[in-house]
Amino acid sequence: MKRIDVLKTYKIFIGGKFPRTESGRYSQIKDDAGELLANMCLCSRKDFRNAVVVARKAQKKWQSTSALNKGQILYRIAELLEGRKAQFIDELMMTGSSRKQAKAEVELSIDRLIYYAGWSDKFQQIFSSVNPVSSSHFNFSTLQPMGVISVIAPNDFSLLGLISVVAPLIVGGNSCVVLASEINPMISISFAEVINTSDVPHGVVNILTGKRKELVSHFASHKDVNAIIYCGDSNEEIYEIEMLSVENLKRVKIYKRIDWERKNGQSPYFIEKFQEIKTIWHPTKV
Amino acid sequence: MSRIDLNKNWDYSEALEGTNHIRLKEKYNLFIDGVFVEPASKHYFKTTNPATGEVISKIAEAGKIDVDLAVKSARKAFKSWSKLNPKERGKYIFRIARMIQEKAKEFAVIESMDGGKPIRESRDIDIPLAANHFFYYAGWADKLEYAFSHQTPKPLGVAGQIIPWNFPLLMAAWKIAPALACGNTIVLKPAETTSLTCLKLAEVIEESGLPKGVVNIVTGAGETGSEIVAHPNIDKIAFTGSTAVGKLIQETIAGTDKRSTLELGGKGANIIFEDAALDQAVEGIINAIFFNQGHVCCAGSRLFVQENISEVVIEKLKDRMSSLVLGNPLDKNTDIGAINSREQLKTIKDYIKLGKKEGGKIYQSECEIPAKGNWCPPTLFLNVSQSSRIVQEEIFGPVLSIQTFRTMEEVIEKANNTPFGLSAGVWTEKGSKIFKLTKELNAGVVWANTYNKFDATSPFGGFKESGIGREGGLHGLKAYLKFDS
Repeated sequence: MKRIDVLKTYKIFIGGKFPRTESGRYSQIKDDAGELLANMCLCSRKDFRNAVVVARKAQKKWQSTSALNKGQILYRIAELLEGRKAQFIDELMMTGSSRKQAKAEVELSIDRLIYYAGWSDKFQQIFSSVNPVSSSHFNFSTLQPMGVISVIAPNDFSLLGLISVVAPLIVGGNSCVVLASEINPMISISFAEVINTSDVPHGVVNILTGKRKELVSHFASHKDVNAIIYCGDSNEEIYEIEMLSVENLKRVKIYKRIDWERKNGQSPYFIEKFQEIKTIWHPTKV
Repeated sequence: MSRIDLNKNWDYSEALEGTNHIRLKEKYNLFIDGVFVEPASKHYFKTTNPATGEVISKIAEAGKIDVDLAVKSARKAFKSWSKLNPKERGKYIFRIARMIQEKAKEFAVIESMDGGKPIRESRDIDIPLAANHFFYYAGWADKLEYAFSHQTPKPLGVAGQIIPWNFPLLMAAWKIAPALACGNTIVLKPAETTSLTCLKLAEVIEESGLPKGVVNIVTGAGETGSEIVAHPNIDKIAFTGSTAVGKLIQETIAGTDKRSTLELGGKGANIIFEDAALDQAVEGIINAIFFNQGHVCCAGSRLFVQENISEVVIEKLKDRMSSLVLGNPLDKNTDIGAINSREQLKTIKDYIKLGKKEGGKIYQSECEIPAKGNWCPPTLFLNVSQSSRIVQEEIFGPVLSIQTFRTMEEVIEKANNTPFGLSAGVWTEKGSKIFKLTKELNAGVVWANTYNKFDATSPFGGFKESGIGREGGLHGLKAYLKFDS
């Protein structure tokens, strides 16, 4: 007798839980042959706002987690992803990648996590400074994470793109709410399962699925979000994001055409972009 | 507690800085493409001494046509300036630094006459710091690749720079020096009430032999500024001023390739713990709020005093306030100069009225107010709360609001509870407390056991609605470069 496959229900990832969207809406993802792959949640403004609340709560503690510990947690994500390599390759193939492409993307994703894990206790040393002021003061500049970041993840490279954008954010002590690739959202939820079993505190990474058209404005206008990353090249969306970010002077970073497979898809500058410089003075004269 | 007998007569003899050595023209034209030219409109506005109301000179008002000319000249100059050997670029900037030093006294006197700040401050702080900024960034010109490893820094193009009236020459230096070092060309607009030292700087630039069009200075008010912000051939806007105008700029450039750095308003928390060295702390609080009449974006305008020492601290503050000398900015004894403009004086007075209406208990030092000019005595408000508007909003004047706190956690939360994030101060003799506070306060600059200190090597700029980007130091270079990625 032919065994009946067990299909996976894909939900969203907020605060370490996997709820359905409060909106109750869904969209269908089909493979090239037109077969149904999954019903994905179409998230709403309310889902996003709930995610920001938990992201804010989680960020404070995550920021004060030691750099060493953050690095180990990122390394742990990579370990778990390595263990589930076969599953992720299969999932990428379901949405149109060849085996070779899928294998390359998953392996590069794992390596990218390791790359940023290693930066955790080093980027501060690269970007801080001791400033030789002329008066009798000790003066230094250090980095502090911006806080809560909303992320419109790349539509292409649904796994590698997501990891390339999120890893530098969280290794720098930020928390984030991510809108997954609209085209291939499934794998982002599988990745959420990896995150959820790898010691990343609940709420540091939150992943929603849904439509850019519906959600971009909320990602850009929320007043308790400190910065936004937009991966894409729609001038209309970029204009909308830049306008809506003005109210609380959200930092806006646009990644227009970054090829995440290439060598310049990773660098400590991706971490630095989401850090504020803080300068501290103290007299040296007794 | 022993107290100084303040009932004695503590008059100082006048010690006026002379003005006969300064050279001012009767009217100033726009500095475009290396020469001073009349504005297309032929319109000039008066610039006055805020301490006396006297007209000092007349300043050209730049309109759309003039701004366009300035941008064209900057664009043309960019071609060769950006290709000039960086070492030579640096030498021009060094030269400007030296020439400011040579004319330091003249700059200081004009700064105090035009802006109202005490000569002690313009002489010891504004002008030397301005020269230092040029000197610091000059040296960067041929070393940029060391600041950004594995990247190829390139200049942006034409920078439009708009600066405020509180530190006129210093802000010009903060903007011009790094932009030039990175190979950009410039269209700069000073604030309309304080154009003179920027125009004197234009003379220095002319004398320095800097290639024509590399720095253009156009004068005028807000409208001239909006022409710069909206100009399609400008690559970058650098602005220092109010948060409201900063937001307008962001809206104007949204959807364009224009970049921006903003240095905006603030409402600095100055926190004094029971274990602080009280006399030093009181001196620091005074300097934090009354420096430059409180016309300072990073002023320590919200004082938080630990509850058990609040009576002593407030008593000491009042004592110290009563010994501050208010008067002629050109008098070397003066601590508190003139309020920069009649408009700003009105804003401050409105806030003082509002503070009283909100139930605040006001204390002002009883100093003699000169008959002419714009003046506001040092003011403090007690009995205010986090929700009071005078506690939430930037006043940009010599007005301090005082609240008390009990625990460290409480004061951190109160200090951070503001849309601003520019500066903060911490006063305590306990090292671990300093580091705990400096770590948790969301502000771009934190002064511990000091306040309102600036240096060319030290990055300055805000979190949240206090701005975007940093000026000064290595980190200040990034605002004027792009990188291949």
